[in-house]
Amino acid sequence: MLNPLFWYQAIALAFSQIWANKSRAFLTALGIIVGVASTTSVIAALTGLKSKVLTQFESVGASKVFIFPNRPDDKPRNLYPWEKVRLKIEEARALRDECESIRAITPITEVGLEVEAGDRKIEGLSVTGIWPDWHEIQNRSVTSGRPFTNIDESNERQVCLVNDDAIKELHLPTDAVGQFINLGGRRFLIVGVIETVQSRFFGLNTSSAEIFIPFSVAEKFQPRDYFLRIEALLKSPELADEGTAEMRWILRKARGIPAGDTESFQVEAIDRFIQQFKTLAAGITAIAGGIVGISLLVGGIGIMNIMLVSVSERTREIGLRKAVGATPNAILLQFLLEAITLCLVGGFVGLACGRLIAYGLTKIPDAQLDEANIPLWAVVLAFAFSAGTGLIFGMFPAIKAARLDPIEALRHE
Amino acid sequence: MRLIEVRDLQKVYRVGVETIRALNGVDLRIERNDFIAIMGSSGSGKSTLMNMLGCLDRPTSGTYLLNGKDVSHMGAAELARVRNEEIGFVFQSFELLPRQTALENVELPLVYAKGGWRDRRPRALAALALVGLSDRVHHRPNQLSGGQRQRVAIARAILNRPSILLADEPTGNLDSATTVEILAIFRKLHDDGQTIIIVTHEDEVAAHCDRVVRLRDGKVISDLPILEDSAGRHRGGSGAKGSLEHGALGAC
Repeated sequence: MLNPLFWYQAIALAFSQIWANKSRAFLTALGIIVGVASTTSVIAALTGLKSKVLTQFESVGASKVFIFPNRPDDKPRNLYPWEKVRLKIEEARALRDECESIRAITPITEVGLEVEAGDRKIEGLSVTGIWPDWHEIQNRSVTSGRPFTNIDESNERQVCLVNDDAIKELHLPTDAVGQFINLGGRRFLIVGVIETVQSRFFGLNTSSAEIFIPFSVAEKFQPRDYFLRIEALLKSPELADEGTAEMRWILRKARGIPAGDTESFQVEAIDRFIQQFKTLAAGITAIAGGIVGISLLVGGIGIMNIMLVSVSERTREIGLRKAVGATPNAILLQFLLEAITLCLVGGFVGLACGRLIAYGLTKIPDAQLDEANIPLWAVVLAFAFSAGTGLIFGMFPAIKAARLDPIEALRHE
Repeated sequence: MRLIEVRDLQKVYRVGVETIRALNGVDLRIERNDFIAIMGSSGSGKSTLMNMLGCLDRPTSGTYLLNGKDVSHMGAAELARVRNEEIGFVFQSFELLPRQTALENVELPLVYAKGGWRDRRPRALAALALVGLSDRVHHRPNQLSGGQRQRVAIARAILNRPSILLADEPTGNLDSATTVEILAIFRKLHDDGQTIIIVTHEDEVAAHCDRVVRLRDGKVISDLPILEDSAGRHRGGSGAKGSLEHGALGAC
């Protein structure tokens, strides 16, 4: 068996070979370095993005459900005219009244209106119609004044809520409560001010001028077949499957869709989106894995090449080692260890570069990557792949060295 | 039990259609503490015989008993073990590892040894002291003279206390003064009980040995002791050459 001194000297020799041929070793390991650096930084970016997005999903609320019309793809369009597909306010009411698993629900519709405040006039500003439950679902309350109430809704009162950006745009006084603005030619009383949420979603800035009016009022501005979507809040996130099933059952009943027929609407719990995003992230990670596979293949060929050069350069040394008693296995192992060491050093340098890049990513403003970091499993994997590359591509040169005839090797010039 | 017993050793190479009989029935017996020179012109088969005796190569036929053990049919790994434990090589061009110190070079056989690696330092230092290089322990080969390099190689060869010290033209790259120094070291090792085989084509070198085996065309043509009474032990002088002529050459 090989004694500890063998292992010690083989590894020491591997490092001294790298040190003695620094630039050559660097160029050889470049493939590994680039491969590991690029993959770990992609994984770092993805990990950062994932944790960011998941927190955002959670801040939106894991128990949130979205309902929107959806024309089935596999059916002829004429069977599903818009009038049949679009959500109707009666359906929102049915859900509100019948669905046991929801705590809050609101239809949402947007209408572009001409907005007038004093002498300031903006064309086509988006005004959103909502039920009072919206406050709870969106987790947005008022900073001053009052939120919408059921009386606003049922009495179709001409009241509105504005956010800070809208106040700025319309040149309203900072405390806008009690002011009147004209929406689509009608006079509305501002009853409350809503905080502008700096919620950036996928880098999309959703904060801008926002004006809200009761849904029943918004409906009057809309054409007959206007678009509305529904957002609801489940009593708890665990009800995601049960709740969506219940809502679908209610909607199927309301629409008279027979069992087995495709639904002309879609009910999605935020939970589903989280799952979808995780699947997507896993897919991108797999692609990154494929890239590292290819770059390690390229790097590995470089390693094999340089190890072949090393074997032929050191033929006499191999002959001598054999003469003093190195078995073929000892020679094989020594050259394998050299290849693996070279790859591991390359992997280490690549990982260091990857960390630097990941750190650089966190410093890019607005890139949503401030949580980018290389997870432990990627570090372990990077080293495992590097070592594996050394093992596989070092094998051929090592076998060549091990099979050298000591007499021939000692005669080699 | 003899140290080395070689019977009817044959080595045949095929180069294209031509068959070369490098060894054609060599018989040789070597006792413990022998000091032998193997001589012959190029093509005589002396290098092939050295490779056989050094367990670097296997004969086509015949037997080679080393310490009573038949090594003629061993596999590569087994032969490596035998080389590690039984044989110390000294080469014409020293074959030191350039980036390692004298001490590390001397320690090399222990890298591949079964045991003994724990006390490698004292052993290597003792071997270097024996060849008179205690003051060059941490020098690298390129900081040493040719004679010093060869002495490092000798220290490496004797580290594992081998049964045979096998030297292949050990003074071929050295000037005459250094040659005398190196041969004196061999003599000292021999006096301490070391069996030594020197392969050489130089009569002056062979004259320092106790016995000369001559080869021609793959056969032993003479195997004679150098007579002590006519040569004495005066080494390096012209008398040695004379004794060789009277003893070994006269017989063939």
